[in-house]
Amino acid sequence: MATDRPAVELRAVSKSFGTRKVLDDVSLTIEAGRSICILGRSGTGKSVSLKTIIGLIRPDTGGVLIEGEDITGLSSRELSRVRKRIGFLFQYAALFDSISVGENVAFPLRRHSDLANDEIRSRASHLLTQVGLGREYDKMPSDLSGGMKKRAGLARALALQPPILLADEPSAGLDPVTAGEIDALLVTLKQQSSTTLIVVTHNIPSARTIADELVFLHEGRIIAQGAPAALDRSDIPLVRQFMTSEGAG
Amino acid sequence: MHLLVVVGEAARFAGRVIVESVRPPYEFRETLRQLFELGCRSVPLIAASGFAVGIVLSMHTRASLARFGAEALIPAGLAIALVRETGPLTAGLLLSGRIGAGIGAELGAMKVTEQIDALEATAVDSFRYLVVTRVIACVIALPLLTSLMNFTGMFGGYVAETSITGTPFQAYFRQAFTAIEFSDLIPATLKTMVFGFIIASVASYLGINTNSGTEGVGRASTQSVVASSILLIAANVLLVRIIFFFYPV
Repeated sequence: MATDRPAVELRAVSKSFGTRKVLDDVSLTIEAGRSICILGRSGTGKSVSLKTIIGLIRPDTGGVLIEGEDITGLSSRELSRVRKRIGFLFQYAALFDSISVGENVAFPLRRHSDLANDEIRSRASHLLTQVGLGREYDKMPSDLSGGMKKRAGLARALALQPPILLADEPSAGLDPVTAGEIDALLVTLKQQSSTTLIVVTHNIPSARTIADELVFLHEGRIIAQGAPAALDRSDIPLVRQFMTSEGAG
Repeated sequence: MHLLVVVGEAARFAGRVIVESVRPPYEFRETLRQLFELGCRSVPLIAASGFAVGIVLSMHTRASLARFGAEALIPAGLAIALVRETGPLTAGLLLSGRIGAGIGAELGAMKVTEQIDALEATAVDSFRYLVVTRVIACVIALPLLTSLMNFTGMFGGYVAETSITGTPFQAYFRQAFTAIEFSDLIPATLKTMVFGFIIASVASYLGINTNSGTEGVGRASTQSVVASSILLIAANVLLVRIIFFFYPV
């Protein structure tokens, strides 16, 4: 659902853990329906940015706006309302290990929809089929490989058909074929549902496939931002080095 | 100083549990599931322990009362000892081991694998879903399990006694129940609700604040048992004092 307001806006966000500043005055506007990839070396604040956007981490200073609403001061109940509009794929999938893979995907539907049980199961199965796990509904997360867990995590993130999807390294640890399939699925989502995508990745080929725009974080600050072609020509050596690498995630 | 901070945080945590447990919406389904997981699954442990404690207590009671030729008081003496103190305290300590360790390890593992963040990201209030449900389940389960321990303890006492004297079942239990008054049974059983609150709150606090990976999970589990046992024993002293204030002997 496209709106006039940006889907996500970070306004001068700073966040420190102890004495270490992880995000330093980061401002970023992402229009609805756009897809961006956040790049950068490990430990530069990429995952923290995603968790700040969904309100899992509160910034020390600055504001986070989701579809125009500042979420930094919201109560947990108000935050839940906003989070229903955001899907989140965790770096290590974070599947609930006490319930089956299918029930993981069905979980958001059971919590936040009035659908009948059969309909929920059917939707969860369909989502699992979309990510190539159609036959794994009744398996437990511990029975899946790392790549399969990640795909199941993606299916869960998409369960409520969120207009905004955050993905933390969706192709890390996957074989090239599966990584390509995940990339294709994300591109399809963007094209068919106008989903706003914010993806953290080290995988430059993936980033080129998915992103309209790349954002390069270094030591908590955005040091480069633009279309992939523009970053290819960046005069910052670190950015150029990153862009010319084949970083396989 | 650090200890004071922890105590302050834990007290605030416990206060939040009380506030959130009376505030709708309620997590009935998850609370029932926890009641089954924490309560029903503890039945074999409590029943077997109660039976064994009853046998041992009966043997000690017989040895003591036989000196005064008062063997006829064995059922009454055993029943009062079990109901007033041995049953509640033994059940509390056993359950602080089984339930406290379980909650500490489960929530700790969920924390380090980002499952708690994943709950929040799917717009579920993790505190209400994970903590409040477990505390309510424990508060309900403890008096029920204590009653079971009292009964199996008396049954164990009967088995021990009848094997020596051949006392009939009905005669034994008539004597035992005749000796028990309201002030023996109800306050002592209800005080275990406080034990349940302590066990689940302490274990949840330590589990949810776990860090340092799997080592932290193990530490949370162990600390849950140690801390809840100590607090339970301390609370018992206070509660017995209060009971004696309202029901003087």
